[in-house]
Amino acid sequence: MPSPTLPVMPQPAGKPLDLDCLRTLTRKDFQTDQEVRWCPGCGDYAILATVQKVLAGLGIPRHQFVFVSGIGCSSRFPYYMNTYGFHGIHGRAPAIAMGVKCANPDLSVWVVTGDGDGLSIGTNHLIHAIRRNLDINILLFNNRIYGLTKGQYSPTSEFGKKTKSSPLGTIERPIWPVRTALAAQATFVARTLYSDPAHLTRTLEAAARHRGTSFIEILQNCKVFNEGAFEDIVDRSQADELRINLEHGKPVRFGPNGRLGLTLRNLEPSIVNLESTDLAADAILTHNAEADSPALAELLAALNPPAFPMAFGVFRQVSRPVYEELLMEQVNEATRKRGPGDLARLFKSGTTWQVE
Amino acid sequence: MASSSQSGKQLQEIHQATVRFAGDSGDGMQLVGSQFADLSSLMGNAIRTEPDFPSEIRAPAGSLAGVSGYQLHFADEEVTTPGDEPYVLVAMNPAALKVNLPEVQTGGVLIVNQDEFNAANLAKARYPTNPLEDGSLAGYRVVPVPMTRLNDEATRVAELSSRERARCKNFFALGVVLWLYDRPLQPLLEWMMKKFRKTRDVMAANGAALRAGYNFANTTELFRVHYHVAPAKLPKGRYRRVNGNEAMALGLIAATHRAGRTLLYASYPITPASEILHELSRHKEFDVRTLQCEDEIAACCAAIGGSFAGAIGVTGTSGPGLALKTEAMGLAVMTELPLVIINVQRAGPSTGMPTKTEQADLLMALYGRHGESPLAVLAASSPADCFPVAFEAVRLATKYMTPVLVLSDSFLANSAEAMALPKPKDLPDLSIPSPTQATPDFAPYRRDPNTLARPWAIPGTAGLEHRIGGLEKQDGSGLVTYDADNHRKMVELRARKIDGIARDIPPARVDGEARGDLLLVSWGSTYGAITAAVKSARAEGHSVSHLHLRHLHPLPANVGEVLRGFRQVLVPENNLGQLCLVLRSRFLVDAKPLPKVEGRPFLIREIRNAIEQELRHA
Repeated sequence: MPSPTLPVMPQPAGKPLDLDCLRTLTRKDFQTDQEVRWCPGCGDYAILATVQKVLAGLGIPRHQFVFVSGIGCSSRFPYYMNTYGFHGIHGRAPAIAMGVKCANPDLSVWVVTGDGDGLSIGTNHLIHAIRRNLDINILLFNNRIYGLTKGQYSPTSEFGKKTKSSPLGTIERPIWPVRTALAAQATFVARTLYSDPAHLTRTLEAAARHRGTSFIEILQNCKVFNEGAFEDIVDRSQADELRINLEHGKPVRFGPNGRLGLTLRNLEPSIVNLESTDLAADAILTHNAEADSPALAELLAALNPPAFPMAFGVFRQVSRPVYEELLMEQVNEATRKRGPGDLARLFKSGTTWQVE
Repeated sequence: MASSSQSGKQLQEIHQATVRFAGDSGDGMQLVGSQFADLSSLMGNAIRTEPDFPSEIRAPAGSLAGVSGYQLHFADEEVTTPGDEPYVLVAMNPAALKVNLPEVQTGGVLIVNQDEFNAANLAKARYPTNPLEDGSLAGYRVVPVPMTRLNDEATRVAELSSRERARCKNFFALGVVLWLYDRPLQPLLEWMMKKFRKTRDVMAANGAALRAGYNFANTTELFRVHYHVAPAKLPKGRYRRVNGNEAMALGLIAATHRAGRTLLYASYPITPASEILHELSRHKEFDVRTLQCEDEIAACCAAIGGSFAGAIGVTGTSGPGLALKTEAMGLAVMTELPLVIINVQRAGPSTGMPTKTEQADLLMALYGRHGESPLAVLAASSPADCFPVAFEAVRLATKYMTPVLVLSDSFLANSAEAMALPKPKDLPDLSIPSPTQATPDFAPYRRDPNTLARPWAIPGTAGLEHRIGGLEKQDGSGLVTYDADNHRKMVELRARKIDGIARDIPPARVDGEARGDLLLVSWGSTYGAITAAVKSARAEGHSVSHLHLRHLHPLPANVGEVLRGFRQVLVPENNLGQLCLVLRSRFLVDAKPLPKVEGRPFLIREIRNAIEQELRHA
């Protein structure tokens, strides 16, 4: 008589079964054996390292992550993430991500896109994914140039920018990622930059925690085709003057020791020096990311050098029902009402008759 | 065979009949047409129907553009088309007569609502003189019926406005036709009791109109003969009236249910495919997840994403939408994911004639992607055939990890017939297990030696994390590579995988002798007209056979051999000769095209004539 024994689990050769749920993950767990092939000095490296680090701290096993991308330098991202990954076609990552998320709402789905991929060929999908409020995270790397096709102007390039395809300067106004996301009724919108790992980390963590579509614009340099894309802003010595770090519930202040503040006159923002004015402290705008109206977020998102500093952080974070949850509610409701799908009953549900 | 009924009128036994109801789009022609079809089915006849909707949503009443029609062909034996030309036309107004008269058989019966042939309606139909009076209908048997007045009198029983009562006259017309074809009233009255149970006055008025029409036909001198079509000898079982889009939706649900997977149907509204989306969205208890996407491209991509995550991704569209999906279909070829793409073809190019039928997307289906991008292509032959074709598409997509393109068309989508309902337990099990845990030999592109399919490892499975995408893959590992030898190998592997499906499908079966003078080769919705034409030609002793192809890529292995058994090969298609081109290039046979591109299906007669002509020239 055979003695009762536990079944032998098949194990990968060489090493014991390595289950994410049994241990704490580190950044290394999210690295692949693929050589990272971005240009030396590219901002993508810093973003990749930070994303890997943030993911390790979320308490989600690796196999629950799916990275979906389109086409462009940034869209190579999934190949360097030791998770599930899908390198799609130009501009369509949000649509692929929608399919993934609706097929399995338990997955943590991340879209990586760029200014060309997400805001030119794929704007449509980006807007609609955001408006549906799928619980996904969209990282839009904005370097204001087409890098992989070697240096044409992108939809976020500044007006008049001279590039290979615009030797006399562009004649079109740029699209603004954050403002586009706000217009699409995003429930989480943030802006950060590649060169500030602490800010990037905070922002990514907040996005990961948010239920609903999180949209993050990550400002980034292109060493080869748009060197110095955000030079002034990246420059730490000027950071105080040129960056507003938004904090929910706090006055919108910047400059050394926060001596400058933002006020509103006739719906136009203006800068006041708090040291040289007798303005009451409450005249300074207070950031409210959770406001019913997205108007303040829009106003802050539109601030642009040289007249104003640029705002960073979370512009908007509100709660709204999530698309795939509503989808599954309908599926569950139908099942509750009619019972689980029964083919015999389905077939007979139209006009039927018996032939004897 | 004829006999006299108790009314003193002659009852004549006939084998088949074709009737068309035509009226204003608000006249309820689709309703009475489909009720007559159901009643004929209930009486045991084989049926095939075809609606003809106006392309405008609300064309002006009484106008030529607003005419809506419903044609029914019923018989005591198999029917494969909605009938060439109606023998009976019911015309509710002058516009309906004008639009439909050219298609009525010479000597056919015109049952017209003479009350509507007034000056205003004649002008709207652009009749300079009243056709009921000017002798222009001399070649037909005209039965003028004062339907508006008789209906008005008959429906006074109900507490309804005269306008509401006027809407019953479609049932008056149906009553006339029921008498003409010796049908009982009872099943329809029972149907009305259910349909209008919440509006008893409407029920009473419609019932009264139906009876009045029937009694009028029975007593009036206008009809001397009525007809009886005996039940067809159909196999026993339960049947359901389905159009192609309904059958397609049912087939998809059945297949994904038998595969034990979620059906994720992502689509963008487009005529004539939208009804598949409508139908599927009503059956969420099967875990059918329908996504109405922002565009055709998103729909295809969402379906691909769904398949990546373990659902069966399906997207449906028509020609213009297929054009938009082609890049994403290439992605599905490269990532070797199961995907079903349904193309309900319509007349093109461009917007073309959105409500009219055509088969001109075959070459696009076979070759319309950049790069060497093979996928399986299937076509449905009849409305009911959409069910097994959808089932087969899911089977191939999951077994071979490939996109499968299904071709239907506007004709099949809207035309209806009886489908023998399968027993769910008789449907094959389509489950393809995904790997559930890490094994030492797992690699995303390590192929099954028999099917060459790669494993369907899905996100959420521990230890199988991998990346796929549109870039060329290293054989086995699936890692990105631009290696020259590897690319050649992968291009060949992808082609071989699809070609291998030929070993998994039934050989092409010839209807008729395996050798002879003439072979007609067809695919898709031309099946019906060709089947009927070949049958009648063979009955007259001609050496004609028919080969119908369900699998268009890969073709069944024996197609070349079949073609070589005939002196002549004729390929009727609703395009300029696309399958013909494929057969000529693949098999070096002198196949001849028989094109029809008028936005309408072939008539049996047209195929018959072509057969005669071919055989004469032999």
